[in-house]
Amino acid sequence: MPWTKILIEQQEPGFDEHAGQDVRKLTFPQALREAMDQALDRDERVFVMGQGVDDPMGMFGTTLDLHKKYGGQRVFDTPLSENGLTGVAVGAAIAGARPVYVHNRPDFLLLAMDQIVNHASKWSFMFGGHVNCPLVIRAVIGRGWGSAAQHSQSLHGLFMHIPGLKLVMPSTAYDAKGLLITSIADDNPVIFIEHRWLYKHESHVPEELYSIPFGKGIVRRQGKDATVVGISYMVIEALRAAEKLAEDGYEIEVIDLRTLKPLDEEIVLQSVEKTGRLVIADTDWVTGGAGAEIAAMVAQKGFNHIKAPIKRVGWPDVPIPASYVLENAFYPGAEDIINAVRRIAK
Amino acid sequence: MTDHSGIPTEILLKLYVIISKIRRVELRIESLYHEDEMKTPVHLCLGQEAISAGVCATLQTDDYVFSNHRSHGHYIAKGGDLPAMIAELYCKETGCSRGRGGSMHLVDTSVGLLGSSSIVGGGIPLAVGAALASVLRGDGRVTVVFFGDGASEEGVLYESMNFAALKKLPVVFVCENNFYSVCSHQTARQANNDISMRPRAFEMPSSRVDGVDVIDVFRKTMDAVNRTRSGKGPSFLECRAYRWRGHAGAGDNLKSQYRKLDEWDQWMTRDPLQEYEKALVAGNILTEKKKKQITETIDKEIDEAFSFAQASPLPNEKEVTKYLYS
Ligand SMILES: Cc1ncc(C[n+]2csc(CCOP(=O)(O)OP(=O)(O)O)c2C)c(N)n1
Ligand SMILES: [Mg+2]
Repeated sequence: MPWTKILIEQQEPGFDEHAGQDVRKLTFPQALREAMDQALDRDERVFVMGQGVDDPMGMFGTTLDLHKKYGGQRVFDTPLSENGLTGVAVGAAIAGARPVYVHNRPDFLLLAMDQIVNHASKWSFMFGGHVNCPLVIRAVIGRGWGSAAQHSQSLHGLFMHIPGLKLVMPSTAYDAKGLLITSIADDNPVIFIEHRWLYKHESHVPEELYSIPFGKGIVRRQGKDATVVGISYMVIEALRAAEKLAEDGYEIEVIDLRTLKPLDEEIVLQSVEKTGRLVIADTDWVTGGAGAEIAAMVAQKGFNHIKAPIKRVGWPDVPIPASYVLENAFYPGAEDIINAVRRIAK
Repeated sequence: MTDHSGIPTEILLKLYVIISKIRRVELRIESLYHEDEMKTPVHLCLGQEAISAGVCATLQTDDYVFSNHRSHGHYIAKGGDLPAMIAELYCKETGCSRGRGGSMHLVDTSVGLLGSSSIVGGGIPLAVGAALASVLRGDGRVTVVFFGDGASEEGVLYESMNFAALKKLPVVFVCENNFYSVCSHQTARQANNDISMRPRAFEMPSSRVDGVDVIDVFRKTMDAVNRTRSGKGPSFLECRAYRWRGHAGAGDNLKSQYRKLDEWDQWMTRDPLQEYEKALVAGNILTEKKKKQITETIDKEIDEAFSFAQASPLPNEKEVTKYLYS
């Protein structure tokens, strides 16, 4: 698809955690593919399904040629039947398999909400823990090139609302691999949401199998003047903002939550205790979103630390527009984070 | 090619104009796409033009149509305003969706096109709902919904067909079977590739249509539309034609990696425009002179539409939240 190629070229690779160092580096999709490969290799219960997972594009490269290695029984294309097939995946998980169901876009998960919310998320609890549902659902947020209202949504705010799900949103290639491994190994339904604009990001990814624990955020940059909590791609924008603000003498602490459910409350509270100021940058609508939950948590548990109003940077209350001028106006970036910080920092 | 006798010359020529127009618009879009000025994913309907043309020629202006991501042909055939369509591809304020929708979300309410959903299958129940509204109002309208073979895998199609059949609603389901969903062949996704068989479970009349043959499309749709307009309930048409290009964008760079090449060769012997042109020339309905005249008129219209689109203003970035509510 030529337009996707153009889109990728427009993406900025972001930051390099190991600039100049002689370490093995993979891009975000390569890291995901390696995680899938190793999981399939190690655990016979794992299988991969999704529209086009075995096609020449291989889900943006993340499943490329895995069917050749593991066969069409464990890596297979699906009909366009998101709700039904999610139910199939849930059923397989309940019966002891470990499905990874891959989707092009979170938008399509809306068709599967019944199986995700009414079934997968509740199966353990509803039956007193007698059964579990080790399922991973991956989806990739789109952005730009007129992807528009039905092909650019994140929707993690909806999933964060639902008890019984886990919600993972990596922002580096290293995390993508480690968190996907943790997701596949987890005994619960995990929603794993990626961002297309992170796909060019490269970072050090060890070859061996490793996992990153859920509920552990990471400080991506140390600072004392304000905390910026980033979600998914907005971590990159937050780092960019921090770099710019450093020129004016602000020391910004940037936190990457990595998983929203479970949420690493401690890392946020500790940072806010130090800085007294908080900006939350999200790739989703602000209203009723993940940022609201984090802000409420800080207001409840870190009220004494807060020295200025908490700011949220995210989408305005409107569907995603197609036209690039409107896209530019719609999507917040480093500039918006900088403005938010300036309004509350000393 | 099906015999066209009995169809008025005026309609035969109109069908020719519409197929040619869709063909030439799509080729123009494709030839300019590399300029990166149409910043929207385009899903070209080259090879499938006869379906849009044949179906929409049976409809009245105020009959409703719902479309999908591959919407250009539907829009043009229903009589949508061409400059506004091209302006939408150029992301301009003068676009049919005022630059908010892009190529996958065309609309022209003045000709009954009530919208296009890029969620596969999403438009199907909407069409049933529009037909329900028509019945409640007694306005005599018919609604047509276009969707692909991929959409026939969505449960919502069967829920919609059941309800439409139950209530005898004036809706015609038009499935454009081009054998692919992105790079996945129909046989990799469906247990039985005879889509036209499925509506019979709801006792809904259903036919297989040669989607390359505009006369076959026209005649079978006409039967379905007449039937449903007279209150006898919905019908289903599985129109088979081939997607000539990749799923989205210009060309088809992965062709050799996912197409069955004998299938490709077979379908390449069939061109909806050329087959029809030959039949019309043989029937003395189309002359070389007339053909040239039609082509020139269309090209002029296309030139003007692109000029209009290119010269049009972009949306005002301060109006991001406009149109959220009515
Ligand atoms: C519910 C949903 N699932 C998946 C997609 C991604 N997608 C967009 S178009 C398309 C192919 C649909 O195939 P088909 O219905 O046959 O239409 P065609 O593209 O062949 O015209 C897919 C899978 C989507 N937009 N919506
Ligand atoms: Mg198709």
